[in-house]
Parts: sequence; C-alpha cells; structure tokens
Amino acid sequence: MLENLSSRLQGIFSGLRSKGRLTEEDIDVAMREIRMALLEADVNFKVVKAFVARTKERCLDSEVLDSLTPAQNVTKIVLDELTELLGRSDSKLVLGSRIPNVIMLVGLQGSGKTTAAAKLAYRLKQEGHAPLLAACDVYRPAAADQLQTLGGEIGVRVFRGDGKDPVGIARESIQDAIDNLRDVVIVDTAGRLHVDEAMMDEAAAIKEAVKPDQILMVVDAMTGQDVVGVVEAFAERVDFDGVIMSKMDGDARGGGALSVREVTGKPIKFISAGEKPDALEEFHPDRMAKRILGMGDVVSLIESAMRVQQEEEEAEAAEALARGTITLNDFITMNRQIRKMGGIGKLISALPGGDKMLGEGQINEGALDHMEVIINSMTKEERVHPEVLNAGRRARIAAGAGVTVTDVNTLMRQYNETRKMVKKMTANFSQPSKRGKKGKKGKKAGRRRGLGIPGLDGLSMSDLRNLSNLMGE
Amino acid sequence: MGVLDKVNGGLAKSRDKFKEQMNVLLDRGPVLDGGFWDDLEETLILSDMGPEASMQIVEDLRDQATRKGLPDSYAVLDMLGCRIEAEFASGGEEILAGGPAIVLFVGINGTGKTTTVGKLAKAATDAGRRVLLGSADTFRAAAIEQLQVWADRAGVEMVMRERGADPASVCFETIERAEQSAADLVLIDTAGRLHTSDDLMRELQKVVSVVRKRATVPVYTVLVIDATTGQNGLAQAREFNRALDLDALIVTKMDGSAKGGIAIAISHELELPILRIGVGEAIDDLRDFDAHDFVSAFIGDYETSEAMVEDFAEADAAARAAAPPKMTWAEFVELDDAGEVPAKKHFWEKW
Repeated sequence: MLENLSSRLQGIFSGLRSKGRLTEEDIDVAMREIRMALLEADVNFKVVKAFVARTKERCLDSEVLDSLTPAQNVTKIVLDELTELLGRSDSKLVLGSRIPNVIMLVGLQGSGKTTAAAKLAYRLKQEGHAPLLAACDVYRPAAADQLQTLGGEIGVRVFRGDGKDPVGIARESIQDAIDNLRDVVIVDTAGRLHVDEAMMDEAAAIKEAVKPDQILMVVDAMTGQDVVGVVEAFAERVDFDGVIMSKMDGDARGGGALSVREVTGKPIKFISAGEKPDALEEFHPDRMAKRILGMGDVVSLIESAMRVQQEEEEAEAAEALARGTITLNDFITMNRQIRKMGGIGKLISALPGGDKMLGEGQINEGALDHMEVIINSMTKEERVHPEVLNAGRRARIAAGAGVTVTDVNTLMRQYNETRKMVKKMTANFSQPSKRGKKGKKGKKAGRRRGLGIPGLDGLSMSDLRNLSNLMGE
Repeated sequence: MGVLDKVNGGLAKSRDKFKEQMNVLLDRGPVLDGGFWDDLEETLILSDMGPEASMQIVEDLRDQATRKGLPDSYAVLDMLGCRIEAEFASGGEEILAGGPAIVLFVGINGTGKTTTVGKLAKAATDAGRRVLLGSADTFRAAAIEQLQVWADRAGVEMVMRERGADPASVCFETIERAEQSAADLVLIDTAGRLHTSDDLMRELQKVVSVVRKRATVPVYTVLVIDATTGQNGLAQAREFNRALDLDALIVTKMDGSAKGGIAIAISHELELPILRIGVGEAIDDLRDFDAHDFVSAFIGDYETSEAMVEDFAEADAAARAAAPPKMTWAEFVELDDAGEVPAKKHFWEKW
C-alpha cells in the first residue's frame, strides 16, 4: 500500500538526514523532490502546490533550520502536514437512531461499489447489525446477480425489487427492511459518470426517495488527476458524507486519498484492500501518514492482532513468554495467527521500513508456511522439547517434510534465535519502559499488557525494528 | 471529418477541459515567457501524462521553439500536437481486423473488460465475422451472466463453466469449440486482478500459456485500461506486460472528464498500439483509435505536419537506443563495484 510514494519520500529524508545543517537551498531541493514524488503518486496538482508551499514555509522558519536536528524537524513538519492533508481526526461511520438506517453508495463505474456494499454489510453484521442490501444498479448486466451472490456468501438478505426502476427499488427496500426486521439498508447504486446529467439526476432522486443517513462515495485508489473533478461533481450533486477508498491493495500510490479530503473536506471513512469480505478497514489519517513516511503502522497491527487473538491462547502464550520458553507449537500458533491477520506481507508492511523491504523482494511470504510444514513433520515430543532432535530425527523430519536436513537445521537455528530474543524481551518487559517519547505508544502500553501476541507482547518500537532487521538479514 | 466528429463527440469532455486550460494558456497572449512553459507543464501533468513525461515534452518544445524561432504560443500548440502524436506506438491492425485470431482481454478490476468484449463481439459480428466468446472470469460474482447478456445481444455463442472453475480449462474448451464451429475470432474475457497479486498473475500466465500452446491461430493479449487511472496505470501495464507480453491496449471510459494522458504514457513506454477507445455506454461507443483525432480531441485543432511527427519519433527512437537500462532505486543502491545487480536473496534462503 502506497509503497512507491513512501519509498520516494524516505529516500528524500535520508538524503536530508545526512546533512548536519540545512540551507535554504537544501530545503528547496527537497521540496522539489517531494513535489515530484507526490505528483507521481497522483496527488492532485493543485493540492501538491498548496502542500509544498505550506510545508516549505514552515521548514524555512529559522527555528527549524537552526535547530540541532533540522532534518528531523523537517520530517516532522512533513508528517504533520500529511496528517493534516489526510484529515486530522478519524472519521467513523456513525449510524443514526432511525430504524432502518439507510446508507447509500455512489461512485463511478468500476470503482468497486458492489463489492464495497457487500464488505460494508459484512462489517455491520459483525458489529451486530442486521443489514439489508438493496440492488439499485439496473443498468449493468447482472449487477443484481453479483450482489445476490455476494449477499449469499456473507449471509445478508438482498432486495432486488422489480429490477427496473432504481428509485422504486430503493423506496421498497426500506419497507422490505422493516418487514424483515433489518436495521440498516445499504443501497448499491449504478456506477455513473459525473458528467452524465440523467444519471446524476437519478442519484439525486434516489437520495430524495430514501433520505439516506449516510452517503458514501466509493473512489478507486488508482484514479489520477481527475479524482478532484469527480469528487467535486458528486459533492455538488448528491453531497456525500464520506469516502471509501477501494483497491488499496494494489501498488497504487493512493494520491487520490491525499487529495479528496483537501479538495472537498469530506473525510475518508474506510479503505478497502483485498478480495475477501472482511477486507474493509477503518481509515486512520495519522497512521496512514506515518505509513507513507515509512514510520510503520504498529498500532493497526496490534489492533488486528487483538481481533484475531483468542482468550485461552492468549493466556497460554503469555505464560510461555513469561517463562521465556517458547516451543515449536508456539511457532505454529504464531504462523496461523499471522495468516489470520492477513499474512506475513501485511504484518511486515506495518513495521517501520517494512514496505521498503517488501518492495525490494527481501521478504519471502511463504517462509512461515515452509516452517509449518517442517514442524508438522515432528512428533509431539519433539515440538515441545526440541533439544531431543538428533541427526537421525532431523533426517526423518526432512524426509517427511520433503526438504533437506539443512532446511531443518536453519529452522532450528531460527527457533533458537527467537527463543533468545523472547528471553531478552521478557527481561525488558519487566522493567519500566524508557521509551515514553512516542506519545501514542505510551498510551497504548497499559492496554497492550494483556494482549500477549506471541512474539509481539511487550515489544517496543526498537524491538520491532530488531525483528524486522532479523527478517531482512 | 466523419470519424473526427465521432471521436470529438465522445471526447468532448476531455477536450473541453483541456482546451479550456489551453485557452487560458493562450490568453496569456502570444508571448512565450517562463510562465507560459510552467503553465504548459501544469496542464500536461493534470492530464495524467505523468510529471516526468510532461517535463520532457515541455523541455523538448522549449528547445525546439528557441531553435526554430517559433513566433508565438499558437505555433507551439501545433508543435505540441505533433509531439504528443509521436508518443503513440503504431500497428496492431491485424489483431481485430486481420485473419483468424484469439484475443485475450486482461486488466485490473473494474476497467470494463467484460463490456469491451461484449461490444467488440457485436461489432465483429456485424462486420460479418464468426465470433465465439469465452468467459474465463470465473471469479467475480455474475461476470458470466454479464457476458451472457452481451453474447445474446450480439447473437454469438459463448463458452462457459460454473463460477469457480479453472479459467484455463474454460479457455481450452473455448478453443476446441472454436475449431468445431469454425469461428474466426475468439474473444476471451478474463477475471480482473490487481497486478500486485502474484498468485493471480501466475494464474493468468497459466491461462495465456495454455491458450498459446493449444491455439493454431495467432493469440493476442490486450490490456484494457481505464482512462481515469493515474500514474499507477504505468505500473499496471508494466506488470501485465512482463507477465504476459502484451500486444495492444484498449482505453475505456474516455467519456468522463478524465483526459486519458496515461494511455499516451503507456503506449509510449511499452510501445503498445491503442486498438480502440471506449467513449460511452452505447454499443457503438467503442471506437477506432486514430492518433491525430485523439490528440486533436485532446488539445483542440492543430495542424499535423507528418515531417514534424516523424522528426519527433526519430529523435525518440534515438533517445531510446541511447538510454541506459532502467533500474529501480533499490537496485541502484545494491550495485556492486562491477556495476552489476546482485541476485536477490529471499528471507527463506538467507536463514
């Protein structure tokens, strides 16, 4: 996600860091590079212009240039401005008290509305709501079938009506929701071009008919400079409340994400990254800004770990960690949890510098699966007491897993390294953390105590960096 | 004028927007000052042509303007037209209008592959060819039904399997069926996929290689790209080209306010001809591509001078030949003393 933009920006900053003192000229050069990087990332031209002007002005402040760590200050200013650009605070989806609540989705063709509708329904269902999907796209052949299939997969009722009159379908869907005890209606509309008057009128008519509590616009993260024209036109005609950025799982630099907020003032509410129904995440501007600048997104990582973590496993793993002994069984548990969290790739990309490593192909996403295969070829005893492994056992395991003895040996070496690291970490853990500098982490520390993700509990930022170094070695 | 009018109609929005900006530029008067060049660059960047290409074009024009002593900004506009025209790769006529062929349509999600295949099927049938459709998008819900609707409209046969079936096997069946029924144009719709998804790209590679092995007529792969795509379009095209060795491009959704500058960038960098442009929902809104029409619809009327276009094209070919191979920054950093990129090692290999 956003790899290219962040790797460019990181390059610019490391260039700055190599200088002890920054002159106005250095700032000029850096700003030109930033301008280019943002433009290449499809951030709208006008937004870039304003962004660069603001940032430059702040950077040229004598306090920044004369400070002991000018490069750090410049980075901080850019981070600050980026966060500002993305929206200062999180914008959650707030449902009103009206029943049924109506959420309407609009957007261009092919932006991913139907998929987003299903993902949103799935999310609401997880949160304990009973959503209803209304298929108001009567133009694209088989669009309603698509929604019906997706609805079937996630177990959400789909209302299709007569399949002819979108306004009528929308209106009837509300009655259908009431009849079937549904508390949220998600109206999937046809994709339309903002320059198509008739279609925009229809969107306005649907809006008039169902009086949606929320209108969300689905925007493709890969949209280019035109994104501004599109969102402005939609904002004017149907006045949406927030944005869902779709296709964020590609390598799109998501410049649209950076521009939308600045241009329309409408917040980004969700980002959609993946094919599965649960691939709809809340959008956090501060975390995204950090991620763009390569500072990692550890908070999101921990949150997704929290969702995955099961109670007993947590207790067990925490205990194992406390003893400073982890077994190969923990390795497997860890692997499964990582997979639930979206795979090693996602995990690494949330770590500082992780995106860069992924981009450079330093991470083999299948590595953990290889590990699991080898561990699966061990007996129960061997898993709990790996020290019993002798040459004969290793040969047997290698044959069973279809690998060479060297692979088994490397796994064991890795296991021993990890065990050492965990021991060191648990030792650190019992001491009060000195790294309170990062406010965010400080606040989280209290909550994180009980989390106990194997290998992550009690980790400080620098430990994570060690971990990522270890993986990148 | 007939064809020009049609394209103009479809591209009216892009043209108006661009023209508006060009007019603002020209209203600066005929004087060529620094501000003019800055504005020109901004205009090109806003068309999604990419900052690098835009700067290159502006630099070239600036250079030429001084050398040839161009009198005013109007003359620069003519030259701009020729310069952009020189960016397009030519060829590709044999793909849809030649002899028997199998054409696979690929691209990311939501670019309009299925719709394009449907419209092409209709157009080719109307032109008297025997068309067979293959629905290898077995992933997206209702993709098969969507193509079926188009097949019915065009009155052509379609080969399909149930959702979730192996797309390669659908293609195999499609080719067998084509041979039985003596169809001379086989159009295969594939599932949209992001170019960053390795598994899905490998699946597509398999599909294409199965088709290439089985087919007895030429096989072409065509990338369908959405005109609203920004600079990421280049990344998409590069990846698809690397995996599948593309033959041509189709640009869809040119009827919005998107300017489709990315199509120029892709056609130029990967030397892929543009076969068709989609300018609307209607069945006849998929139109032939013509460089002059495209550019004139893009920047307004201008005089093409064949000689000038050729000059630019030659200069470009020379520059291409002289340019060092491109590498990523990461590769550059890793260069060893001999200037070679060391083979990459994976995490797994390392420990």
